[in-house]
Amino acid sequence: MRIIPFAISFIITIGLVIALNMKWGPAPPFGKFLSPQQGFWQNAEPIDKDFSAELSFPELKGRANVYFDERLVPHLFSDNDNDAYFIQGYLHAKFRLWQMEFQTMATAGRISEIIGDRAIDYDREQRRMGLVFAAENMVKGIEANQQTREAVGAYTAGVNAWIDNLTESDLPVEYKLLDYKPERWSNLKTALFVKQLTKTLAGYGYGNDFQYTSLMSVFTDDEIKMLFPYASDSLSPIIPKGTLYETPSSFALKPAGADSVYLKKVDSLTILQTDKPNDGIGSNNWAVSGSKTKSGAPILCNDPHLDLNFPSIWYELQMHTPSFNAYGVSFPGIPGVVIGFNDSIAFGFTNGGIDIMDFYKIRFKDDSKKQYWFEGQWKDTKIKVEEVKVRGGATVLDTVAYTHFGPVMYDKSFTNVSSGGEAVAIRWKAHDESNELLMWWHLDRAKSYEDYAAAIKYLECPVQNIVFASKKGDIALWQQGKVPLRWERQGAYLMPGEDDSYSWQGYIPQEQNPHTFNPERGFVSSANQRGADSSYPYYVPGDFSVYRGIRINDQLNTLQQITPEDMMKLQNDNYNTKAAMFRSALLKYTDQSKLNEQEKKLLGIFTSWNLVNNVGEKGPTIFDAWMDSLMKEVWSDEFARVKDPLYPHQSTLIEWLGRDSAFRYADNINTPGIETNTDVVTNSFKAAAPALLKLDADGKLYWGHANSLTIYHLLRTGAMPFARQGISNGGGSEIVNATRKTFGPSWRMIVQLTEKTEAYGVYPGGQSGNPGSWFYDTFVDTWAEGKYYSLWVMTDKEATDPKVKWTIKFNHR
Amino acid sequence: MKFLTALLLTALLSFVGGLYAPWWSLALMSFLVAVLVAQRPGKAFLAGFLALFLLWGCVALWLDVRNKGLLSARIGELLGLGSSSILLILVTALIGGLVAGFAALTGSYLRSPKRTTSFR
Repeated sequence: MRIIPFAISFIITIGLVIALNMKWGPAPPFGKFLSPQQGFWQNAEPIDKDFSAELSFPELKGRANVYFDERLVPHLFSDNDNDAYFIQGYLHAKFRLWQMEFQTMATAGRISEIIGDRAIDYDREQRRMGLVFAAENMVKGIEANQQTREAVGAYTAGVNAWIDNLTESDLPVEYKLLDYKPERWSNLKTALFVKQLTKTLAGYGYGNDFQYTSLMSVFTDDEIKMLFPYASDSLSPIIPKGTLYETPSSFALKPAGADSVYLKKVDSLTILQTDKPNDGIGSNNWAVSGSKTKSGAPILCNDPHLDLNFPSIWYELQMHTPSFNAYGVSFPGIPGVVIGFNDSIAFGFTNGGIDIMDFYKIRFKDDSKKQYWFEGQWKDTKIKVEEVKVRGGATVLDTVAYTHFGPVMYDKSFTNVSSGGEAVAIRWKAHDESNELLMWWHLDRAKSYEDYAAAIKYLECPVQNIVFASKKGDIALWQQGKVPLRWERQGAYLMPGEDDSYSWQGYIPQEQNPHTFNPERGFVSSANQRGADSSYPYYVPGDFSVYRGIRINDQLNTLQQITPEDMMKLQNDNYNTKAAMFRSALLKYTDQSKLNEQEKKLLGIFTSWNLVNNVGEKGPTIFDAWMDSLMKEVWSDEFARVKDPLYPHQSTLIEWLGRDSAFRYADNINTPGIETNTDVVTNSFKAAAPALLKLDADGKLYWGHANSLTIYHLLRTGAMPFARQGISNGGGSEIVNATRKTFGPSWRMIVQLTEKTEAYGVYPGGQSGNPGSWFYDTFVDTWAEGKYYSLWVMTDKEATDPKVKWTIKFNHR
Repeated sequence: MKFLTALLLTALLSFVGGLYAPWWSLALMSFLVAVLVAQRPGKAFLAGFLALFLLWGCVALWLDVRNKGLLSARIGELLGLGSSSILLILVTALIGGLVAGFAALTGSYLRSPKRTTSFR
């Protein structure tokens, strides 16, 4: 043996193996990752992959067949419900495991375990907000009910049946890139998924309590009420104006000192919130009755707008058992069909936008956070020590005190720029025990309006507008959720946490939630606008849209002899209602004598624009830039004095300028003169013009360029080759076709409830979550063109239909 | 002949190892073959290198062709190698080859006698 060369070459070999088995910063471990037998090459799915298989599991009670059609949509036929949920879990895991786990890890504040110390602040915020606490309470609700206990139990077992049989080479490519392995699934993870959704749909951004509190340092409560009006003048509410409401059966009592103490107190406390939801999150849904359709059968439509991602948040499927036959989209992470239809009814959702999160200032006895002052005495907190594990670093311990309101999210140990260490507890409906999954369990099986109305009562939060139509010919829409009873302005600002009279005093009785059943106008609709106008007898704060609802109601009022094709056109409608309502005021206040030739040309394009946000138009780009500029021109002087300012809605500005020729905020408080409407409108146009003219010179003024859409992978900029960029299909925020930058209609569905259901759908993604699969982004182009797939409701006699491409047979072992 | 035997045996054993054991089992296999099949260090290195260069290269190429280069283009861009699959296949093959080559070299040094001249 030759010792020295042996030793050298031995060390080189070992060194190479170690170096290639190790993660280098964001780069994967190269040996492991590039190994063709185990690494990413194994995720390169053959273009002609055969998905057929025969599988058996001890958990299965009977037999089941899953037929995949040419779009890889599974049609699941099972002889019992338990097996159907088991197989749904198995399929979700088989095609979407990484996203399911990553999203629930994010909810639980465990991203640092995967990517290291960059995520510590994010993880702490998730935990301090009490998302795990909320999910744990939901698990109690799920497990207290036999139906959901069994459904979720079977679903979890199905996910684990896939995970337990995973080999290194089967791991989704994201695990290989980031070099970690999946855990087993649990009912808690299913609940965590629901809570993340709740955070998106009913989290901080629907109340903005801290920012309103911050505004109090400059404005009075009355001014704030003007700047952020309760209901917009142009509101076309879900429940038509003029509807008479019952007398409220309960009401909240306003604390005696609230006017002088709470609503007039100047408070400099401001806390910067980092996690504001996208202003485009919203949705449309509507149903038209048979009296307005060509077929005589109702048509139901839904397009929920969300941040669009790869892999898609939706997974399409049909589930057929002796007790139900549902088709639609599901969330990988929870059992059942979430938006869809069965043999008797169809249902869909939009966000209610109602604020169910309030904040209370807490006075701790001392830094131990073990006691706080409430109703004249010291009350004990519950202390939870959060362990944030950090990849490649030391575990971070974080002590969170829980009050009877909920967790103290902010305190000395978790502050933002200007919180000054003040302790603030969060009261969030999502923390309470509930069982929303039971709603879907019943909806998937519902046969009538009564079944639907009973099912939706299980939805406590987030508040949703749930549209309904049935083959019997009924249509309905309920704004459903458990909404706190509040006295006027309660919870607009941070509240004193020492005084029980500021606590929530109960909930709006469920039967008085805004709803409509077979209305005379022949349609029901919602588009995130306020559910009822100000004649509704309860105070309901929140964040609401205005213009999509106006357009949809206008169109549905006019249309007759409606066909599914008409509904496709409406879902893809690009008409800019906001511009239509505001253009004349803008032009009225533009002093053309102050414009140069170039600017006049630009104004000419805007003036002659057809008010449609199509890709080939220049008008929408000019309007958008002008509005941004005008918002700055009007508000930046007053709001410069506010830390972390919350600007009023554009609709507020538009309505104010439109009706008030001496609009007080037009004046720039930093100049000696008094600016008028004409000054701000003209100046804002001139300010926006140079950038617009530059775009025009480069041939980029078209809306298709300005409104180019990116669908990111969930790893965002860390995985750009897994994203799709440069998609354009018109639309915009506050347009029915609400496509903007990174968000848009995440699933477009149209269901005509004729005897044989006629349904259409499309989502911007693909059935496989694997970037190495040809089914990864299959539907994106169809979606971008505004086209649909015809949804095949398969029957058990069609197993030999040529549309069936692959079959997986499931058996009891 | 020995060279070819070593090459084929290394490729075969590494392939089997890759089915059941971590990727670095290829180093053990290459080492083992070099101990069993005595060759001069240079030749042992080359046999190990070529065995894995070809094995990894061919398996990657096969998977890539069946996938029509969809994933390799995405991963190539992610790793800054551009969207050509050939480059990514070459890098893959090279990494397999290097580890196997050095492992085989180690094995051959264990086996080969000290460079002494003996007279009879």
